[in-house]
Amino acid sequence: MLLIPCPWCGPREEAEFHYGGQAHVAYPEDPAALSDEEWARYLFFRDNPKGVFAERWSHSAGCRRWFNALRDTATNQIHGVYRVGEPRPVAS
Amino acid sequence: MSPRPPGADLPDHPDRLWSAGEPKSSYDVVIVGAGGHGLATAYYLARNHGITNVAVLERGWLAGGNMARNTTIIRSNYLWDESAGIYEHALKLWEGLEDELDYPLLFSQRGVLNLAHSLQDVRDGVRRVEANRLNGVDAEWLDPRQVKEVCPIVEISPDVRYPVMGGTFQPRAGIAKHDYVAWGYARAAAALGVEFIENCEVTGLRVSDGRITGVDTTRGSIAAGRVALCAAGHTSVVAATAGIDLPLQSHPLQALVSELLEPVHPTVVMSNAVHVYVSQAHKGELVMGAGIDAANSYRQRGAFHIIERQMAAALELFPIFARAHVLRTWGGVVDVTPDASPIVGLTPVDGLYLNCGWGTGGFKATPGVGWCFAHTVAHDEPHPLAAPFSLDRFVTGALVDEHGAAAVAH
Amino acid sequence: MRRDGGGRIDRSRELRFRFDGQEYTGHPGDTLASALLANGVRRVATSVRLGRPRGIFAAGGEEPNAVVQIEEPFPEPMLPATTVELYDGLVASSLAGQGRLAAGPDPARYDAVHAHCDVLVVGAGPAGLAAARAAAATGARVILADDQPEPGGSLLGSRDEVDGVPGADWAAATAADLEGRPEVRVLRRTTVFGYYDDNYLVAVERRTNHLGAAAPAHMARERIWRIRARRVVLATGAHERPIAFAGNDLPGVMLAGAARTYATRYGVLPGRRAVVFAANDGAHAAALDLADAGVDVAAVVDPRPAPGGPWAARLRERGVELLAGHVVTAARGDGQVSSVETSSGASIDADLLLVSGGWNPVVHLYSQSGGTLRYDETIGTLVPDGSGQAVEAAGAARGVFALPGCLADGTGAGARAASASRPARPVDVPRAEETAEDAPLAYWLVPAADYTEHFVDLQRDVTVADVHRATGAGLRSVEHVKRYTTAGTAHDQGKTSGLLTSAVVAEALGVPVAELGTTTFRAPYQPVSFAALAGRDRGALHDPVRVTALHEWHVANGALFENVGQWKRPWYYPRPGEDMEAAVLRECAAAREGVAAMDASTLGKIDVIGPDAGEFLDRLYTNLMSSLKVGSVRYGVMCRPDGMVFDDGTVIRVADDHFLVTTTTGNAAAVLDWMEEWLQTEWPWLRVHLTSVTEQWATVALVGPGSREVLAGLAPGLAVGVDDFPFMTWREAEVAGVPARVCRISFSGELAFEINVTSWDGLRLWTAIMDTGLVTPYGTETMHVLRAEKGYPIVGQDTDGTVTPHDLGMSWVVSKKKPDFVGKRSFSRADTMRADRKQLVGLLPEDPEVLLPEGTHLVATGTLPEPPVPMLGHVTSSYRSAALGRTFALALVRGGQGRHGERLYAPVGDTLVPVTVTSHVLYDPEGARRDG
Repeated sequence: MLLIPCPWCGPREEAEFHYGGQAHVAYPEDPAALSDEEWARYLFFRDNPKGVFAERWSHSAGCRRWFNALRDTATNQIHGVYRVGEPRPVAS
Repeated sequence: MSPRPPGADLPDHPDRLWSAGEPKSSYDVVIVGAGGHGLATAYYLARNHGITNVAVLERGWLAGGNMARNTTIIRSNYLWDESAGIYEHALKLWEGLEDELDYPLLFSQRGVLNLAHSLQDVRDGVRRVEANRLNGVDAEWLDPRQVKEVCPIVEISPDVRYPVMGGTFQPRAGIAKHDYVAWGYARAAAALGVEFIENCEVTGLRVSDGRITGVDTTRGSIAAGRVALCAAGHTSVVAATAGIDLPLQSHPLQALVSELLEPVHPTVVMSNAVHVYVSQAHKGELVMGAGIDAANSYRQRGAFHIIERQMAAALELFPIFARAHVLRTWGGVVDVTPDASPIVGLTPVDGLYLNCGWGTGGFKATPGVGWCFAHTVAHDEPHPLAAPFSLDRFVTGALVDEHGAAAVAH
Repeated sequence: MRRDGGGRIDRSRELRFRFDGQEYTGHPGDTLASALLANGVRRVATSVRLGRPRGIFAAGGEEPNAVVQIEEPFPEPMLPATTVELYDGLVASSLAGQGRLAAGPDPARYDAVHAHCDVLVVGAGPAGLAAARAAAATGARVILADDQPEPGGSLLGSRDEVDGVPGADWAAATAADLEGRPEVRVLRRTTVFGYYDDNYLVAVERRTNHLGAAAPAHMARERIWRIRARRVVLATGAHERPIAFAGNDLPGVMLAGAARTYATRYGVLPGRRAVVFAANDGAHAAALDLADAGVDVAAVVDPRPAPGGPWAARLRERGVELLAGHVVTAARGDGQVSSVETSSGASIDADLLLVSGGWNPVVHLYSQSGGTLRYDETIGTLVPDGSGQAVEAAGAARGVFALPGCLADGTGAGARAASASRPARPVDVPRAEETAEDAPLAYWLVPAADYTEHFVDLQRDVTVADVHRATGAGLRSVEHVKRYTTAGTAHDQGKTSGLLTSAVVAEALGVPVAELGTTTFRAPYQPVSFAALAGRDRGALHDPVRVTALHEWHVANGALFENVGQWKRPWYYPRPGEDMEAAVLRECAAAREGVAAMDASTLGKIDVIGPDAGEFLDRLYTNLMSSLKVGSVRYGVMCRPDGMVFDDGTVIRVADDHFLVTTTTGNAAAVLDWMEEWLQTEWPWLRVHLTSVTEQWATVALVGPGSREVLAGLAPGLAVGVDDFPFMTWREAEVAGVPARVCRISFSGELAFEINVTSWDGLRLWTAIMDTGLVTPYGTETMHVLRAEKGYPIVGQDTDGTVTPHDLGMSWVVSKKKPDFVGKRSFSRADTMRADRKQLVGLLPEDPEVLLPEGTHLVATGTLPEPPVPMLGHVTSSYRSAALGRTFALALVRGGQGRHGERLYAPVGDTLVPVTVTSHVLYDPEGARRDG
């Protein structure tokens, strides 16, 4: 059970959150212009690093806001959280 | 003083298993990952295709990853034709595997029950049973009373939160002893000349002009004509070293066992709705799978609240388990695809082959995967039973969506 | 046998208990193990593989042999007798490796508690008490958890003094002081068994077990503590470890420290004449204590060439023979120890053989925290070596075994832990006598020609010979050896055997123990009952039950219910003598020929409000929503990006900037989450707010050719004529005296109105409708039949995540004008453009009485070929229709839209049922009935 620092509510139990996978995967500007391969990449391909991962969480049982987190998938340590739309910080 | 309980003992292992050795400088085939799939692939490469200059590289100890951590359920009652094909092929191999490997695998065809808890579960269950039958897979639909006959300890009262409304039953399904399976393959492959290198982590794939040439490892570089990936939860990390992105996400999956108990549970029960799967293994311990962690992680350990939720669901179905004790919990890292079906086949790199994405269901497929993947590696083309599980399906959209089907995973 | 005095038991009270059918007595303060020893019971188990007799070996949770079955007051399998507090009426029996579950339901209650603290101290021995004391002095919030009924740990089983008073008294006084502090909580009988990420630890508190039948029924028997600690101090002590020699499993062989605990804490002598076999001074001290307690210590056998600690001299003074540089080669006896053979050639008569191969810090929780362990050559054991979490081990748990060191270590650790939360407050270190000890020797294995009776894991019956067989088979990893032999996998999870096994493997392979390492420590530290983990989340509390505002009426009027998600929905309303089929046919007929009403309140409802609400919905729905006029209603479908149908429902435009979206019952939360995700993460600039209003509205579908008349009667102010109130519009009105929003929509093809009122008014509206005497209530089954007759799909029943709107025959709902919406791009992928995709069709069995089971598949030929049989699709919905006067079905069929009129076959049991493929719209395809 991680302790996740919601940027709006403070640290809360993992069970209050909904996971949203990789962050910074923007919906394509013009999907119709993409090839099938490019569209498949958007649909199905996500990074899966062993190490620091920029990912999305929603505080679904709290403020219901989405935010991003930098978490090390090898240790589960959260290096920081930041708001949607902000650039990915440099991991400490 | 009670007599010595039957089943509390296990058959002995052979006096000689295998010798893990030092890597040579070059092999015809290097298999990355000495789990069940890697070992079975090595065995069938040697047995079916005469390819014996093979090394299986393992970053830890042989069969110490998900092979050592799974709940050993074997079944083939999958909905889609493509899945039924490869899993049924595996089940048929399971049925002859103890003789084939000359190893006591404790393969026990005690059946698997998949319970239904809603009208939609019932529709999905019947759909799957009917599809299984037409595909030549044994399957029955049981009403709650019949469920109780197969497994007398299941609570079928209509007064519980999600009553049992029936279930599918595959009599030929069952369990086996995972270590014995791995060691049986390892010993048989070793006898055919396959080598095993433990504590040898692959840190990079060597590619030249679009063709694999070998692997870099923590024990030096090893040249290889072909490389077959069987690295389960770590596949993304290895494949990325050759610039190959895969539609995989790695998640912790937990399981647990109880102390040894006198026999109470004669079959395997799975319930997707309340997310329970449980069997009683040969020594008498209850073996139970818990849920998968939502977040990606390579920690071989899951979150505790998932175990708690699991137990609540288990006691809804099996009130008799109340005072059993959890003896040990553990976690593995499973690689999950968007459609909950595996990826088996060729890659953009010549001579590099992929077998991954088995999620929570890899153990049961072990012989079938080994057979088909060895064929794929040997012939440089997918085995017909593996062909539907190509990477290309994510581009065309021809997914094998076992999410939508009730009998997902496990 | 029981000593005349001493110990922490209450000799003034007698407790009766039964073990293996024999009546015995003991005292409050006893464990089942101490009471059995006091009664002279030596054999308490039969070994699992070899059927050998086994006796009590330890005094704590690490006990490998005496794992018993509780029979009364309620059956519980596999409890170490050393952890069972004795109570009156206890009935237990010995086991041979397998426990038994109760046949009946467990009447006990279980619970869970959440707690947060600055410092969690695990273990209330000398180091733990010192740590808690130092932390509490700063005012920090402290939780001290200990698995024993009273604090003190090793002090309870020794004669050491702290601050000039007996150790147990110091412990009691310190605990009392801690308990008097408002920020401190002392948890007794509480085992911390799991250490998870971010300093989340879980413990189980045994609240009523020790009370036996007297346990109050209202009190949770066990409860789980879920503790989030800023800092953790692990003062978990150490386990003594055995030595492998021939016959080391005989009853009468016991850990030296355990024997001392029995004598000192429980006033029990575990034997009359003892030999001690140990390579550390602590065991010498134990031997002295036992001698003082009345045990005839015949000899101390110590492999060290010249042990010279203070106790050795005192042993010699007392005339105890010290066999230095020697080992015990065998324990002999028939069913229990009667003599001990040594390397000096002696055979010593004894009924007790006390063993100590050294001490293993209890590093389980430290390891679980993600901490690394280091093999310390000097004490021959694994010690903590750094963790990524805010944790420290103190005292014996990190290899500091002497009492003064433990007290100082604990004090320092407690102060450091508290400093993360509170200003430092100096605190004195409790005083204890220093003793100059000789260095211990890590001694594991007595060499022999034959290792078949040298046991490493008593509970799994694993011998040194078994380990050698494993290494001989080629195994080099201790994990492999463990799996080959099953060592360390028993109930005790290798607490006494784990490191010993590693040492034997290391010796066999000729590598240092440090290089080999040990197996992973996993939760739980001690076994925890399933029921405790399940807690209260069972029965009605397993998952919330959601009911509508009209639920009471449905119950009172005999409805049977269907679980739809968490909701209880009326399934059908059987009248006396009716089965489901009869009831549904009647309800359907009422809707098609008269008036019927359904509680539709469970449909998800989401307010979408803001200037950009229309654009937002355009992006999510396949069709255009922004063009919807205020006062109108439109049906819409949402797809996932892969183009597969995700949900459907109606959208009404309440105002320019306000839409109300309905979702399927089971998907309401998922749709809201879906909308929030897109809004917040992809289109945050859209000025839209989303609010779930499912619970705020009660919704009644009033259906049938007579519905207009009924509505007109209830809503005299509402113009209900077909021109005044056209299809797919909505009106504000007062219905049954209640403000309502009435929509003219239909999920049955009949003239129908959906009346929405606040939940508070729901029952009033429904009652008024029923009081007209004209309206038949109907449930979900009838709703399903009515919609299927019209070919309306149910998402999740007629779709399975692989179905596009086109597959459902709903190309009309997919906008061609919009440049994009979620899912659009996927419609042009190769697989979604195939002509032979599975498409929704109707099926008419050629025999109109045959009802196809839902889930039945379809094949092309009238005889089945050998498997695998090519399948064309499957039946998604199947009903007996009152309106059609026959059975019918919906199915997803390969290329189905081109197969209308074709004959296919449905294998049902052993027969092949011929069916005709039709349009999926079977009833009133012209739509003539919707206006009444």
